[in-house]
Amino acid sequence: MAINRKVMAYRRENGRVGVRNHVVILPVDDISNACVEKVAAMVPGTLPLPHAYGRLQFGEDLELHFRTMIGTGANPNVAAVVVIGIEPGWTQRIVDGIKKTGKPVEGFAIERRGDLQTATDAARVAQKFLQDASEIQRTQCDFKDLYISVKCGESDTTTGLSSCPTVGNVLDKHCDAGLASFGETSELTGGEHIVKSKAANKEVEQKFTAMFDDYQKLVFEQKAGTDLSESQPTKGNIIGGLTTIEEKALGNIEKLGKRTKFIDALQPAEAPAKGPGLYFMDTSSAAAEAVTLWAASGAVVHLFPTGQGNVIGNPIEPVIKISGNPITIATMKEHIDHDVSAILRGEKTIDQAGDELIEIITRTANGRLTCAEALGHREFVMTKLYRSA
Amino acid sequence: MIQFLVHDKRDSVGVAVVDVKAGQTLEGRSLDTNEMIKAKANMDIPLGHKIALKDFKPGDTVLKYGNDIGKVVEPIKAGDHVHVHNVKTKRWA
Repeated sequence: MAINRKVMAYRRENGRVGVRNHVVILPVDDISNACVEKVAAMVPGTLPLPHAYGRLQFGEDLELHFRTMIGTGANPNVAAVVVIGIEPGWTQRIVDGIKKTGKPVEGFAIERRGDLQTATDAARVAQKFLQDASEIQRTQCDFKDLYISVKCGESDTTTGLSSCPTVGNVLDKHCDAGLASFGETSELTGGEHIVKSKAANKEVEQKFTAMFDDYQKLVFEQKAGTDLSESQPTKGNIIGGLTTIEEKALGNIEKLGKRTKFIDALQPAEAPAKGPGLYFMDTSSAAAEAVTLWAASGAVVHLFPTGQGNVIGNPIEPVIKISGNPITIATMKEHIDHDVSAILRGEKTIDQAGDELIEIITRTANGRLTCAEALGHREFVMTKLYRSA
Repeated sequence: MIQFLVHDKRDSVGVAVVDVKAGQTLEGRSLDTNEMIKAKANMDIPLGHKIALKDFKPGDTVLKYGNDIGKVVEPIKAGDHVHVHNVKTKRWA
């Protein structure tokens, strides 16, 4: 099965399809944020992405930093990138990584020039990139070329009944020909046997199991005598009726669909490389961190089921919120793109809600802003694995 | 109109899809078999919260989605509100 639809989107130099046309001003490190903000102030319409890290990281944590920075710039929703770092070495490494996509990218280092000169030089390039990007036209692309990421947040029992199976329905229709990714490693706890049964083969199952066991080990090492009941489920989950992590995980897994198998298990922010299909990615379950990792892996649209009303957005990929909780829809409707509460009343099937979601994804891909975009939600949160040196 | 849903025919709890009042006679539907199920609420159960479909004693396992969602820590009667006060995780403990 495939979704035989067309979308009006941006086909990038490397053939990948994007649905937004950002010119990003990207800091290599925390101390370059101020300079990045100066450039964005001089050239309104560019997208600054300040963040908290990038100094004295090492080992696997440093690799993840570079993968996230390069992947964010390389995302097909990004037309061009200006990279600013304190020194030229790591700045150039990120520029070179993004350059492989063929898109315009230029780097600037602050040492021996200072913020003001660097910002002035970078702003001239940013202005050119912005004007050039404004001429790029949307062209007809296939829906199946959209890389979709999925993750829920502030779940309750209604997500397992309605919004998560609606997303699962879309994945079942999309993944034979299209790309998608799920994750939330710790939130699969209690349903890991079901996830393992959805691995396409033994090798993928083993890869997933190793990542899952590693996360369980971390939880046990750090939980300090508790059972994580203070964090998982969250207080919001509990208000919504979820009692245990097992119950939360089983609702979460409804997002994976009924028949789709996953074909690989990715490191955080790793780009899928085995062709069309569903991929697991090893992520935390915190919404902003996880969606930032997916955007860095190249995802262009995110589907976000919520029960109690998580308000997250992302600067790179539009986040579409789906909720079946009638209280949330009544009290927080400016955050919800797709109301599936009719499923709870028995007035709509999961299949109908899935088809409606495909229509909403199409409109979003064509350029319609999501609720989170319209409300200015741009949560860009780097994942850090351990302390810096 | 139904007041609760049950994911799987093996489940020992249902999920209220409206706010339920103590003493109310309830009609539910199984998402698995489409069968109608009757229950009676012993207490108020808010939308999204679980109702026991059988009696439980401490140490029993609660099933939802046909799967283990935790262990009973206080006695529960059919029709009671099932939540963090009477059921706990078996994981990370």
